[in-house]
Amino acid sequence: MQETENVTLKSTIMSPAEFDRALRRIAHEVIERNKGAGDVALVGIHTRGVPLAERLADLIERFEGTRPPVGKLDITLYRDDLTEISLQPVVKRTEVDFDVHGAKIVLVDDVLYTGRTARAALDAVVDMGRPAAIQFAVMVDRGHRELPIRADYVGKNVPTSRSEIVHVLLQEIDGTDGVELWERHG
Amino acid sequence: MIGAAAQVPPPPTPPAAAARRHRHLLDFTDWTAEEVVSLLDTAEVMAQVLARPVKRVPALQGYTVATLFFEDSTRTRLSFERAARAQSADVISFAAGGSSLRKGESIRDTLRTIEQLQADLYVVRHPSAGVPHQLARWTNGAVVNAGDGRHAHPTQALLDAYTLRAALTAAGLPPAERERPFTGRRLAVVGDVEHSRVARSNAELFTLLGGEVVLCGPAALLPRELSRLPGVHLTADLREAVTGADAVMALRIQHERLGPKRLPSLAEYVARYQVRPAHLELAAPHAFVMHPGPLNRDVEVASELADGERSLVERQVASGVPVRMAVLYSLLVGKK
Repeated sequence: MQETENVTLKSTIMSPAEFDRALRRIAHEVIERNKGAGDVALVGIHTRGVPLAERLADLIERFEGTRPPVGKLDITLYRDDLTEISLQPVVKRTEVDFDVHGAKIVLVDDVLYTGRTARAALDAVVDMGRPAAIQFAVMVDRGHRELPIRADYVGKNVPTSRSEIVHVLLQEIDGTDGVELWERHG
Repeated sequence: MIGAAAQVPPPPTPPAAAARRHRHLLDFTDWTAEEVVSLLDTAEVMAQVLARPVKRVPALQGYTVATLFFEDSTRTRLSFERAARAQSADVISFAAGGSSLRKGESIRDTLRTIEQLQADLYVVRHPSAGVPHQLARWTNGAVVNAGDGRHAHPTQALLDAYTLRAALTAAGLPPAERERPFTGRRLAVVGDVEHSRVARSNAELFTLLGGEVVLCGPAALLPRELSRLPGVHLTADLREAVTGADAVMALRIQHERLGPKRLPSLAEYVARYQVRPAHLELAAPHAFVMHPGPLNRDVEVASELADGERSLVERQVASGVPVRMAVLYSLLVGKK
């Protein structure tokens, strides 16, 4: 096992091939559920949801012939813990250049955990207009929800303990795709 | 099995956060260029919020911002209050005119009373230099200097820098270096420099961000000590000041300061220091015209320049809210 400060790699949960299959399946599910991709728009949540959304758009284009628009969403200003946290989050740009009104928005993130990020993302999208529907796609659902939120599309359900860290690796950021489980010590 | 990816440590959760570095914004003496540029970047995101159908985010919900204006300035006060409300903060507004300060209460007693209202941040304007610093020592809350005497007006300088950075970028001249966006740029500031906190704060900030500043006005109104700042020059010659400048900022002339002692008569001032189209021809081809407002029409700047396509005057006003939103966010969120 390798050690990096006080975290240790426990296991690899998804290989690049498994990751790719899961992403393709999600793309098919999005098309099936929305009866095509006509009104669908993808919104990736910073940071790792953004390349995931781009990837899903590429796949949907390959399967359907049209590429849904892709936006980037930073949820910092919608977090519910800004009065409590000790570190100040860096506020990043939101880039949603299409009309949210009437669209079927698929929010995309790497990990679904407490559900608080998804809650913030829902509020942020609704403030941009009134979509026909908002759906939620994640690569990993690791449990431990603190809000009544669920994902519509899940790459893999991974039971975890709270001391574990789920790391979704992406070609664009990490040079490879995959999902790893790390343990936090102390 | 552990592959090559195992070398990569897990990402920080939550991502991209840092310890809050400042409790107050009084002037720029202890601010780094990186901190200021981060603030300007945050202001760009705030401007996005203000361009949406719902111009409000919940970021500062639960915080209270108090504006304490011991000197009139409806524009600046409204801009701060809008910035607070656009982030869902509560706002308490205190104007000296309607308070017991008139009844002889000391500033310290007034602040004690106001502190019972439990504000998290105080926006302070006062005719005497140093009052915001003094308040910062007395209160547990954060303090933003909204103008103190002739000393400083940091949010005005921030919104000027924000406006100019955006205008240069839109003109195809984006910053070569993120942290020194004004490297190779020159700002000419024209007017009653001596009495101007706007001139002082801009000189401080523009040079911090890598630029050069030429301060220009009647010789008696050019404070020598400012030339000690690296990157700052003084001149009484308007043509010299504007030559090669990337932006020319005219300061508001306060009529009560005109007179035989220091400033010449209004007519003489206009003849020697009004910024006119002929001056702009000496400046850089893209040069912009700026003014902190409110404008004395055809006194500091010729109307055709103030209303012309090179003018950033309206954009300066529009930048006030997003820049102040960024200031409130950066001083309030996170524990130091």
